[in-house]
Amino acid sequence: MLNGPDQQAWSPSSRELQRRNVRRQISRKQFTIAGISSVLVLGALYTLIITSPGWQVVKETFFDLDYGREVLPTVLRGLVVNIQLSFIGGFFIAVIALSLALIRTTKSPALTPFRFLATAYVDIFRGAPLLLIILLVGFGVPALRLAGLTSNVIVLGTVAVVLTYSAYVAEVIRSGIMSIHPSQRAAARSLGLTSGQTMRFVVLPQAIKRVIPPLLNDFVSLLKDTGLVSILGVTDAVRAAQINASRTFNYTPYVVSAILFLLITIPLTRYIDRVIRRSTAKQNSEGAI
Amino acid sequence: MSNVLELVNVRKSFDSELVLNDLSLTVKEHTATVLIGASGSGKSTLLRCINLLETIDDGQIFLDGQEISDPLISVDEVRRKLGMVFQSFNLFPHKTVLENITLSPIKVHGIAPDQARDEAMVLLKRFDLTDKADQYPDRLSGGQQQRVAIIRSLAVNPRVLLLDEITSALDPVLVNEVLSIVRDLKHDGMTMVLATHEMGFATQVADEVCFLESGLILERGSPEQVLKNPQDAKTKDFLKRVHEAGRL
Repeated sequence: MLNGPDQQAWSPSSRELQRRNVRRQISRKQFTIAGISSVLVLGALYTLIITSPGWQVVKETFFDLDYGREVLPTVLRGLVVNIQLSFIGGFFIAVIALSLALIRTTKSPALTPFRFLATAYVDIFRGAPLLLIILLVGFGVPALRLAGLTSNVIVLGTVAVVLTYSAYVAEVIRSGIMSIHPSQRAAARSLGLTSGQTMRFVVLPQAIKRVIPPLLNDFVSLLKDTGLVSILGVTDAVRAAQINASRTFNYTPYVVSAILFLLITIPLTRYIDRVIRRSTAKQNSEGAI
Repeated sequence: MSNVLELVNVRKSFDSELVLNDLSLTVKEHTATVLIGASGSGKSTLLRCINLLETIDDGQIFLDGQEISDPLISVDEVRRKLGMVFQSFNLFPHKTVLENITLSPIKVHGIAPDQARDEAMVLLKRFDLTDKADQYPDRLSGGQQQRVAIIRSLAVNPRVLLLDEITSALDPVLVNEVLSIVRDLKHDGMTMVLATHEMGFATQVADEVCFLESGLILERGSPEQVLKNPQDAKTKDFLKRVHEAGRL
């Protein structure tokens, strides 16, 4: 509205300057409180660990720097497997989960059996522990001895993870679809869009946008849970650490592997936080408190 | 009559946009002050600054002589004395009408639930909404929702009621049922600050009309002065445009 000279000519009143001073004091005080409380809590935690009777042993068997450096390349090579598995699996999960969500939300009578099957699928794979699914698929499928079926543990492990996660993700997408107000559907249908077009152009874009934060959240979980396929003998980061640890009875490789996972998941979660913040800020531009 | 609200040289800008430009305003007890002006003239921002939803860049705001623009003041305590009604109602969709009204009396003001409910029912009866007490907001018409929103802000006996274009989201037929509540409140002596586009209504309830333009009060006075006999060229122009839009 009023820009330029008037804006520049303004200088804060003495009351405003005083007020800023008070605000600065308040924030300085809050900063001090935060500092003191952090030092107290973290200090107490540190002392508790350091003075614990077994600390010396733990330090040697879990935090051996030299050994950690030695196993780093092996564990890192394993981590690449986890990352590959996550991305390839992620693609299939997205496709299957979207199909399941759409089938479960459609009202078309012709699709009734599929709706029933999709519900059963989600119930089973969301309800059973991932570890069991991995074991069943990883050892059960090769036992069938069907021609053409692979017995590659990486592929079987990925299939198991995809089966479980597509059930999770399908439910997230479905909840997004259900959260779109019926008036949006009514508006689209009143414009002559078919129910399929309404879903494709009006409902789904809003629903997906709304569930992106929980989906990214699931991706972080997926990345971690790919570590479970190590029980099939896949040499991922967890397995690589396990091999080294059982060879030397030093558990530092586990810590190395944990740190490597954190190096990926922590930046990823920070990124998710930013995505959430930005999308809420954009949608609530009016009426923010 | 004492001054309930007093704004002295209030200044507020968003990024490089100056929305309130050293604006001063005094609101006396039992009076209704109506803010008029085009969209973006600063009416809503002014109300939001009073309610401390926005922090002002400079100037002072007093409520009953106490400076509420002081950074050391308890924001929650100030808001307890202020009622605010929004353009888009902002009722809580997961609570019934009665629960919407009694939430703050029970949780903030510590009134016993039974008493809060009784008081809410008195207000609902007075404004002809008794049968809606147990309904959810989604089931109500826009006019009914806005009336509930007004009752909700009244339930805590505010010193000042801030009404931000409360009829802008309603169709003309529903506008009147909402405005008649405000007329009743005016009759009761409630101190109010309203931003509105309803000029006819402004004429009826206002003790003072302020015309805002570019963050300044360009003209102020009785409704007769400002609305019927404006002096400033910009006020004339604005009223002419409102008239053409058929809202006078």
